[in-house]
Amino acid sequence: MINYILKRLMYILIALFVIVTVTFFLMRLAPGSPFASERNFPPQIEEKLNETYGLNNPWYIQYKDYLIDTASFNFGESMKYKARSTNDMISESFPVSLTLGIEAMLLAIGFGVLAGVIAALYHNKFPDYLATTIAVLGISVPSFILAGLMQYFFAYKLGLFPVSGWKGFNYSILPALAIAFSHAGFIAKLTRSSMLEQNHSEYVKMARAKGLGKWTIVFRHTLRNALLPVITYLGPLTAGVVTGSFIIENIFAIPGLGKHFVQSITNRDYTVIMGTTVFYSIILLFAILIVDILYTFIDPRIKLKGAKK
Amino acid sequence: MTQQQIEKDKFKIVGGNHEATDKLAAKSVSFWKEVFLRFSQNKLAIFGLILLIVIALMAIFAPMLSQYKYSDQLGVYNSPPSADFWFGTDDLGRDIFVRIWYGARISLFIGITAAIIDLIIGVLWGSISGLAGGRVDNIMMRIADVLTAVPYLLVVIVLLVVLQPGLFPMIVALSITGWINMARIVRGEVLSIKNQEYVLAARTLGANTGHLILKHLIPNALGAILVTMTLTIPSAIFTESFLSYLGLGVPAPQASWGTMASEGNKALASAPWRLFFPAIFISLTIFAFNAVGDGLRDALDPKLRK
Repeated sequence: MINYILKRLMYILIALFVIVTVTFFLMRLAPGSPFASERNFPPQIEEKLNETYGLNNPWYIQYKDYLIDTASFNFGESMKYKARSTNDMISESFPVSLTLGIEAMLLAIGFGVLAGVIAALYHNKFPDYLATTIAVLGISVPSFILAGLMQYFFAYKLGLFPVSGWKGFNYSILPALAIAFSHAGFIAKLTRSSMLEQNHSEYVKMARAKGLGKWTIVFRHTLRNALLPVITYLGPLTAGVVTGSFIIENIFAIPGLGKHFVQSITNRDYTVIMGTTVFYSIILLFAILIVDILYTFIDPRIKLKGAKK
Repeated sequence: MTQQQIEKDKFKIVGGNHEATDKLAAKSVSFWKEVFLRFSQNKLAIFGLILLIVIALMAIFAPMLSQYKYSDQLGVYNSPPSADFWFGTDDLGRDIFVRIWYGARISLFIGITAAIIDLIIGVLWGSISGLAGGRVDNIMMRIADVLTAVPYLLVVIVLLVVLQPGLFPMIVALSITGWINMARIVRGEVLSIKNQEYVLAARTLGANTGHLILKHLIPNALGAILVTMTLTIPSAIFTESFLSYLGLGVPAPQASWGTMASEGNKALASAPWRLFFPAIFISLTIFAFNAVGDGLRDALDPKLRK
């Protein structure tokens, strides 16, 4: 187990190194400069700016400085907004994204599992068709389009929810739903097929023979086993929720990390792009590691590769 | 108990009835024909296929036959759908109907090209890795492992920032990590096929590696490859529209569905049709490819044979 975790940590470190290096060189190749939008710069000022940010040093010195800074989690100041460090930006906006992300994940898992269970219980009957259709719809409609449509119908037309902003729970419902919907569709599909598979197994027949009720069998027996494939989906779900937030936060004007990331892209604000990219990568890599470790606790049949008993 | 005496003359030799024993219960059907039969029984998949054909035909012919060009500014701004402009016009007075089908060309082109590039790199990487085995396999798969660990969309976004948005950079960005999935699947197939008896037999008969790859490995792995490819296209189209939405798509006045949806979203309150039409077509296309891909997978799965 420890061997396995150490091995995975090594992969994460290599992957992070690749990401850091690749972003560094890509950013250097990128056309356009963060100072380009301030027009009519006297050359002296531009020179001074380049010097302050160390842009005049040869690339290997810049690369070395950058590696050291990154290793100590110092992502530098924003090149666009004076006196704002990337770290401040992350610590200000990440909690917002985290709240939204957790809400979206809970919605996705809750609705997905529920729809899947209902579909499996009423196999080939109306509720099954309804749940499957909604799931297919969820998988086919991209989150940003759903977000726009929900904003139009539920906020503009019906006025049920605020259109945009971030001032309370009410504001988080539409964006969280928009992120969650497609994942809920996937989870419903997974739950349905694995529930149906479980229904053929001996222990379910046994439980039925004992005269247990439909729902008792589901909650006491089937669901526990049927949820295993759903847990495998938790890794991709985390990644999907994080990347989904890039656009959704922009559509709903939520001051989260995703919005800053996208803004830094349009502003060519290199320090912020690199800082947030590294930050996101760390979160995603560790989320997937945690999910992988969780499996072993939940399903004793899974043995991790490289693990010793 | 005593054995009952049976007289010999109760038996007679009838001879072998070869006609009856050679007759099979079902007509012999080739594998691909059977796949086709099973696929055609899947209503959803057939519906998806028809949808795709219609969308492809419209993408080819609609821009040619229309009286407007995708970049024509017609002087009628933000007009709702009408007899003149079937899908309405946008804020620059461009006909959305033509732009949708023009955008379909771009979205489909990007999706299909990315899938083909994934196919080529993935099949090469996967089959070399699987066939070579040993240390080569180990190194190649570790490289793939590290690349999978790198968050896909982040790389694509960073890459597009650098390459400057456009059609070609978009395809490069999509295929840079997209091939790994294909490589893994092909490697898995190759590993399982490689150890089959018939491959051993072919080897004993003196078949060289090239012959093995062409005659045995590729035909047998084709199903899995085909399914993966069909399911890569919708995810490429989805990613493309996602990136276009972030402003990293093809530059104006060209338009993909993603850029149109993004612009439409900004004009939502005054001109909702500008979001509706691209939204419908992105979703329909992704749905259709997924339906066809799922149908193919079911049709190719011998376990689901009836």
